[in-house]
Amino acid sequence: MTYAQNLADESPVSLSQAPVRRLNMIEAINDALDIMLERDPDVVVLGEDVGYFGGVFRATAGLQAKHGKTRVFDTPISECGIIGVAVGMGAYGLRPVPEIQFADYIYPGLDQLVSEAARLRYRSAGEFTAPMTVRSPFGGGIFGGQTHSQSPEALFTHVSGIKTIIPSTPYDAKGLLIAAIEDNDPVIFFEPKRIYNGPFNGYYDKPVEPWAKHADSAVPEGYYSIPLGKARIVRPGQAFTVLAYGTMVHVAAAVCAEKGVDAEIIDLRTLVPLDIETVEKSVEKTGKCLIVHEATRTCGFGAELSALVQERCFYHLEAPIERVTGFDTPYPHSLEWAYFPGPVRIGEAIDRLMKA
Amino acid sequence: MSGTARGNLPPLALHVPEPKFRPGDKVDYSHLQISVAGEQPRPDEGCAAVETHPLCLDLVRVLGEDHRAVGPWDPKLDADTLRRMLRTMALTRAFDDRMYRGQRQGKTSFYMKCTGEEATSVAPAMALADDDMVFPSYRQQGILIARGYPIVEMINQIYSNRADKLKGRQLPIMYSAREASFFSISGNLATQYPQAVGWAMASAIKGDTRIAATWIGEGSTAEGDFHSAMTFAAVYNAPVIFNVVNNQWAISSFSGFAGAERTTFAARAIGYGIAGIRVDGNDPLAVYAATQWAANRARSNAGPTLIEHFTYRAEGHSTSDDPGQYRSAHEREEWPLGDPVNRLKQHLIALGEWSEEQHVEMDRELMEQVKAATKEAEKNGILGHGLHHPFRTMFEDVFEELPWHLKEQSEQAIHERQVKWPDWKDA
Repeated sequence: MTYAQNLADESPVSLSQAPVRRLNMIEAINDALDIMLERDPDVVVLGEDVGYFGGVFRATAGLQAKHGKTRVFDTPISECGIIGVAVGMGAYGLRPVPEIQFADYIYPGLDQLVSEAARLRYRSAGEFTAPMTVRSPFGGGIFGGQTHSQSPEALFTHVSGIKTIIPSTPYDAKGLLIAAIEDNDPVIFFEPKRIYNGPFNGYYDKPVEPWAKHADSAVPEGYYSIPLGKARIVRPGQAFTVLAYGTMVHVAAAVCAEKGVDAEIIDLRTLVPLDIETVEKSVEKTGKCLIVHEATRTCGFGAELSALVQERCFYHLEAPIERVTGFDTPYPHSLEWAYFPGPVRIGEAIDRLMKA
Repeated sequence: MSGTARGNLPPLALHVPEPKFRPGDKVDYSHLQISVAGEQPRPDEGCAAVETHPLCLDLVRVLGEDHRAVGPWDPKLDADTLRRMLRTMALTRAFDDRMYRGQRQGKTSFYMKCTGEEATSVAPAMALADDDMVFPSYRQQGILIARGYPIVEMINQIYSNRADKLKGRQLPIMYSAREASFFSISGNLATQYPQAVGWAMASAIKGDTRIAATWIGEGSTAEGDFHSAMTFAAVYNAPVIFNVVNNQWAISSFSGFAGAERTTFAARAIGYGIAGIRVDGNDPLAVYAATQWAANRARSNAGPTLIEHFTYRAEGHSTSDDPGQYRSAHEREEWPLGDPVNRLKQHLIALGEWSEEQHVEMDRELMEQVKAATKEAEKNGILGHGLHHPFRTMFEDVFEELPWHLKEQSEQAIHERQVKWPDWKDA
């Protein structure tokens, strides 16, 4: 779907008149944070290196200078502390946006996320809530080794009370981040860092195309939001349905284009709550389903998707559901591209679907 | 598997702490250093944190052996306030006794008493402003009682009945009371510590005047959350009071398993460079004074304070625990700091402001008050007897809005009820 269609579907009429710039994903995220800091005095941004320096990926560049040191500030190196104080800030009435520098570092904060943020509304019967958006770069493909490459989304989709969002374009990153910050529930916002600067097509040995050449890098100025829980049909098609999110949306689309197959590519955008309606409608139409994610295979989010498609679309299925994922090893440094679910792994799954 | 021998060096030996007394042992507390009441200096509330650090290895006490209040920490409370403090502690004890009995009678699944530790929650609650936010652990029911929260609401929660404001979702005693500025209690230990710091930071970001206070047991100071909280509080000079209730026992593990053989818990403050005070937790006046000191300090932007309340857990950890299995029954009897209710009572008597007769009468009144509240709560049901919140509420509040998958699951759950009881209708 193009930028213009996005606008028509999801934005107020006035937005279609807003000036548009070409932004990469980092700039779009920075823009969203800037807008929310401006619009809502209860928004605070905190995390390791996010203040004066502006973040190791520059997502918060310039925000402290513009909004002040008590709105955008550095924290001690303690993910438990970062998430823990964000729960307390939420209880006070703020809307904290903590950054966890890499998703791989989130585990010391897990108890505060799983036992506290996710459960607070339920256990207090709505007396207290934790309206925080935890931003964190995730995924591999940048030679980060096993501690800077993980995709732990399934740990969070398994927890009741947390929403999990993964954008795949600058346009979506801005609109979804604004919606996440405005949401009254805790949200995990995983940013696929491999596509911060350009929509990676899976060919690590070829030059990267910058976002500027991609339709969805057209980001309107000012406020807009994209509803959580709504998938995006990237490309309508008849042959089979692709369910993907983040980096893998672009890799899957590139392989489909290369093979000349008429796939219907769905970018899930929100994993919980999942847009089951769009998934069902598509698989019922195509009769075939390919699920792609970068995370390890066993108990990955693909397992949930596969089960849901089987339960709900079984009588429309014309082939076994295909699941393409990373391997069940830690993310290796030197053999990163052997791990990554690239064009060969995806291509063979497509061949199997097309033959069925 | 063994490594390389190195000449005549001795083999390394692992130290596994062992408490001094086990069941049946005679108790000797002569190793405890109990300071003389009134002798501890009281630094200015705005002082450099380092000036308080000698107090981390001392014990601030106000009530002397003659039951008089002495020294610079005497908060000089008037007789009415002292009587209110006594009454609140006694009500907390009466409440505990009744609820413990209720659990034994099968009215609920679980209960936790705070016997012997009443001063560590009642006195701080009285020294704080009522709208200062508290992040308690599970043994601070005295705060709610001191803030005048209706005990019938507490009992409704303990019974998980249809009037329980938490809709029967939480284990008994895991209260949440926003109107009493009392944060939702978690069963996961120490998580409230960084949350209290976050709340205090938010209050400072907004230029508010309210401060935060939080409580933890000495055992849970071993959790990472404790140290994260201390670091954040030190870094941002957060207006927060950290209470460590050192009641000597974490279920069956004595305080040595949290490091008490090496130093005091108040001494943690030294490493973080924040103010610290070690206080006689069974001396309500000392606890009040320490809290008041820390609150004034926090409210004037002079920073956080760690207060160790040195006390004793007179009862089991919970109704699921039998302390007779692991510690000597004489510990409680011989505890050298006495009982907080009795000490305040004796103080008031020494002042000529109270009598044994008045005390007996007060206890009778409080017992009646708790009994009446229990009867009132029982009208709304006890655990497992059918009177609970409507079935559908089980699926509410997971998120602000009910997503499709929870909606489907709630329909399934209701369907199951109808299969089992064809005439069943949700309340």
